[in-house]
Amino acid sequence: MKQLIVSPAPHFHSGDSVRKNMLLVIIALLPAYAVSVWQFGWGALITTAISVAACVLFEWLIAKYILKQKSTIGDLSAVLTGLLLAFNLPSNLPWWIVIIGALVAIGVAKMSFGGLGQNIFNPALVGRVFLLISFPAQMTTWPVPQGFATSYVDAATGATPLAALKEAIKSGEASVLNELPEMWDILIGKMGGSLGEVSALLLLAGGIFLIAKRVITWHIPVSIMATVALFAAVTGWAGMLPESVCTGEYVMLSLCTGGMMLGAWFMATDYVTSPMSNWGKIIFGVGIGVIVMVIRTWGAYPEGMSFAILIMNACAPLLNLIRPKRFGEKKK
Amino acid sequence: MKATFRIGGVHPHDNKQYSVHQLITECPLPAKAIIPLVQHIGAPAQAVVEKGQKVKVGELIAKAGGFVSANIHAPFSGTITKIDSTIDAWGMKMPAVFMDVEGDEWLETIDRSKDIVRKLDYEPKYIIDKVQEAGIVGLGGACFPTHVKLLPPPGKKAEVLIVNGVECEPYLTCDHQLMLEHGEEIIIGIQLLMRALNIEKAIIGIEANKPDAIKHMTALASKVLGIEVKALKLKYPQGGEKQLIDACIRRQVPSGALPIEVGAVVDNVATIYAVYEAVQKNKPLISRVMTVTGKSLAKPGNYDVRFGTPLTEVVALAGGVPEDTGKVIGGGPMMGRAMSNIDMPSNKRVSGLLFLPEAESLRQEITNCVRCGKCIGACPMGLEPWLLSKQAWHSMWDEMEDHNIMDCIECGCCQFTCPSHLPLLDYVRMGKAKVGGLIRARQAANK
Amino acid sequence: MNLILISLAVLGVTGLVAAVLLYFVAQKFKVEEDPRIDEVQEALPGANCGGCGFAGCRAFAESCVKADSLDGLLCPVGGAPTMKTVGEILGMAVGNIDPKVAVVRCNGTCEARPKTSTYDGAKSCQILHNCYVGESACPFGCLGCGDCVAACEFDAIHMNPETGLPEVDDEKCTSCGKCVKACPRNIIELRKKGPKNRRMVVMCVNKDKGAVARKACTNACIGCSKCQKVCEFDAITIENNLAYIDYNKCRLCRKCEDACPTGAIHAVNFPPRKVKTENGEVKTAPAAPKAAPVVTEVKGERLEAKGVETKQEEAKA
Repeated sequence: MKQLIVSPAPHFHSGDSVRKNMLLVIIALLPAYAVSVWQFGWGALITTAISVAACVLFEWLIAKYILKQKSTIGDLSAVLTGLLLAFNLPSNLPWWIVIIGALVAIGVAKMSFGGLGQNIFNPALVGRVFLLISFPAQMTTWPVPQGFATSYVDAATGATPLAALKEAIKSGEASVLNELPEMWDILIGKMGGSLGEVSALLLLAGGIFLIAKRVITWHIPVSIMATVALFAAVTGWAGMLPESVCTGEYVMLSLCTGGMMLGAWFMATDYVTSPMSNWGKIIFGVGIGVIVMVIRTWGAYPEGMSFAILIMNACAPLLNLIRPKRFGEKKK
Repeated sequence: MKATFRIGGVHPHDNKQYSVHQLITECPLPAKAIIPLVQHIGAPAQAVVEKGQKVKVGELIAKAGGFVSANIHAPFSGTITKIDSTIDAWGMKMPAVFMDVEGDEWLETIDRSKDIVRKLDYEPKYIIDKVQEAGIVGLGGACFPTHVKLLPPPGKKAEVLIVNGVECEPYLTCDHQLMLEHGEEIIIGIQLLMRALNIEKAIIGIEANKPDAIKHMTALASKVLGIEVKALKLKYPQGGEKQLIDACIRRQVPSGALPIEVGAVVDNVATIYAVYEAVQKNKPLISRVMTVTGKSLAKPGNYDVRFGTPLTEVVALAGGVPEDTGKVIGGGPMMGRAMSNIDMPSNKRVSGLLFLPEAESLRQEITNCVRCGKCIGACPMGLEPWLLSKQAWHSMWDEMEDHNIMDCIECGCCQFTCPSHLPLLDYVRMGKAKVGGLIRARQAANK
Repeated sequence: MNLILISLAVLGVTGLVAAVLLYFVAQKFKVEEDPRIDEVQEALPGANCGGCGFAGCRAFAESCVKADSLDGLLCPVGGAPTMKTVGEILGMAVGNIDPKVAVVRCNGTCEARPKTSTYDGAKSCQILHNCYVGESACPFGCLGCGDCVAACEFDAIHMNPETGLPEVDDEKCTSCGKCVKACPRNIIELRKKGPKNRRMVVMCVNKDKGAVARKACTNACIGCSKCQKVCEFDAITIENNLAYIDYNKCRLCRKCEDACPTGAIHAVNFPPRKVKTENGEVKTAPAAPKAAPVVTEVKGERLEAKGVETKQEEAKA
């Protein structure tokens, strides 16, 4: 008889793999991406292509020539990082800035820690924040959505809704508020902003798809959004808003703009940089929600989702100390 | 909504289609047999026969080596050729009785008729003694001597008998078929155990993928006071003792304690059938129903195999070892053990024989842990397999103990679910063995 | 100007107060320690390997200082010279210390020990050992997953891909004993290094009966006790079908090596033997079986080896 294969139990596997999970996240991002292309035209396509290609290339180069290990681009995590990085950039960003962002994301935030699974911070967000601090002008000029009529390099630019709101609160001039888009436009993504953050509705749909596919659990996104909604409602009641903005509108604005959907469903839920137990995830989400609203209300930046997620990423190892509920735990 | 246990669990494809509803067939007698004397948890049995002695089916050949141990009876009639040691398929040496099989002559005291005996008015002590004499062990897989469970430690009182008809391991169908063919005997067996334990209540837990068994057992149980059939949601490892108790009576056995702590006694349907046979038919435990299955097997089915029959003969009955076999597993794919050869004799432990084709035998390539936390979500004991396996790798035994490693039931959910294909359970199991040894050494030192 | 002055004053005063505070705290919490502990620790290799049985070099130094005599205290890494220095610092006598080396007592190479199954679990000897007999039929032999290699902190043990067995580098091995603990099958033993690293070893730990052992591995010790009979120094014992050479009694005469029918006894690091061929010429035999890289600097011939040589010369004459 042939030699038999022997291994300890279990002899059965679910068939799940890292590649499969990454692929599902990419699929979940595609509908929202389609809206971005519809809104921002060529700029969206070019920025994404450069970002994805650069991320994959850098990962391959670093694995081959610096770390001298087997290439890991096959697990699609570099593709996902590239896609998420592009989603976080304005669609008219010069190509060389995109490449710098990809280098920081993959080279600094991911590979220098030892590759997938070892990084402390979300690579795409590190890339984005690096660019935001290094190139503040380019990173905060948002093209006005005009579809393919917008050319890549010199698009007409406008403010994001949250920037407009912040300006209004600061200056006390209600007239700025006229720039705010309609609620429906916000939902479908007809507003200024980063390439992929605009379509709140489709990002939400993508997130629900991921939960249905058991790629992510509900804990992080739901706790973030609940915290943000509560915080926004309280600021509204406390009378910190201009009179022309009602509390309900502010809650919706907080949830649907400023990369909230993208961050809550796709960035904060990154496996590597989020806690692992359910309670850890909930605390993580609440932390992000509080930090982002503190930044938006009192900080210098109108958005702040990236900073909030990165700060909580640093807390994730600490949150991993929270033990899950054990079976038959003795009550103290 | 159907009940299930509350923490973790996974949903492997059950793959029971190959051997389900195959009638239980008796395996023909071999010419020679080797009967291992370690077929249970606890002390090895001590041989009481001599070389050259003639024995009849059902005669005692080895006596229990202690309270936690079990008698072993001759499954065949014939001559004892030697008492020596044998090496099982895992290379472990164990004492065994070798015999030449001659004819099929049974002890006269054993009732071999097919009539169902419904007599119930026994003393509890009589039933327990019968179970102990017959060498009955838990046939669900652990092979813990059953009479030990029937004698709760002082101060503890059993309240409910939970009957394990879950069969949550994929591929296996022996318990399912046993319930369909011998449901009535099982109900009588349950009544016997209820008498032995002096309790009024029994719950039969059956998973939802066996609707015919649920229907059959419900119809039978409805005629008897106190027995209830509970249909359970499909989820692995529902057949685990602690998980089944949680699913059936919503009580969690405290960490480190036995089921009796929450008033439960759990027995497998096959065990209960053996109890029926021991008490009503005077027949000791000399055979069990085994599922022989696999995708490429010619005749997968459920076979009644006497202990000591070489597994090669059992396989021959099922159509021989398939060409593409890469792995042979004794038991189910989640907790069964892979064998390095199939020359070993069958015993009380092996509930099935599964032939996996080569393509499904090898593990996938291991990648980095991505800290997705899926293992935590899958662990039915609420442990952190990723952490435990890392601690085991770094020999951090104290930390492992602090993280409740001894609660691990080695069900394999963590490794099953890991997208990085990490050998989580391999390391956790190794660490558990190490920590268990350290704890025992500490207890011995404190005494 | 004023502002600068105030800032300077405030910061300066704060610094001063903190410094004074620190001084008192340091005084209060000062731990009186025997200065010799530092001295002893200085003399130790500082590898913190734990081979001495203590938590690290510092812990070992402390127990050396506290102990009344250095008997039983040994830094296996530093060996005799280090213990001598320690003895000098503490003014205590140091007993005779024989340098030791880890020896892998299995020669179940791929050819000698055919594979009977394929292992596909986690690459760890301990896990494989808990799982089943191993890829070969020998339930005692090396499992080849390299737990010993992982345990070694001195890069002294490596797997030989050809034989599938670990090999110890005599020069790097400090006999800390970590590999001995790591091996689930207790194959590795710390043995006397021997003069010029020469030693006789039974390269097998199989306790099965001869026939069974031989079936699993052609290099196995079958417990025939031929070696025991030829040994003039009572150095060899046979227990459980297995020969064992007591390295304190062995005089390296190599007779057992010749007597062994399976080649289980190895003479390590001996120079190649000169054997007489049929024509009466003296030829160099193909290199003696080795378990570790041969140390080249062999200057003078060993006494016993010389003895063999003279005999051969006599025969020639």
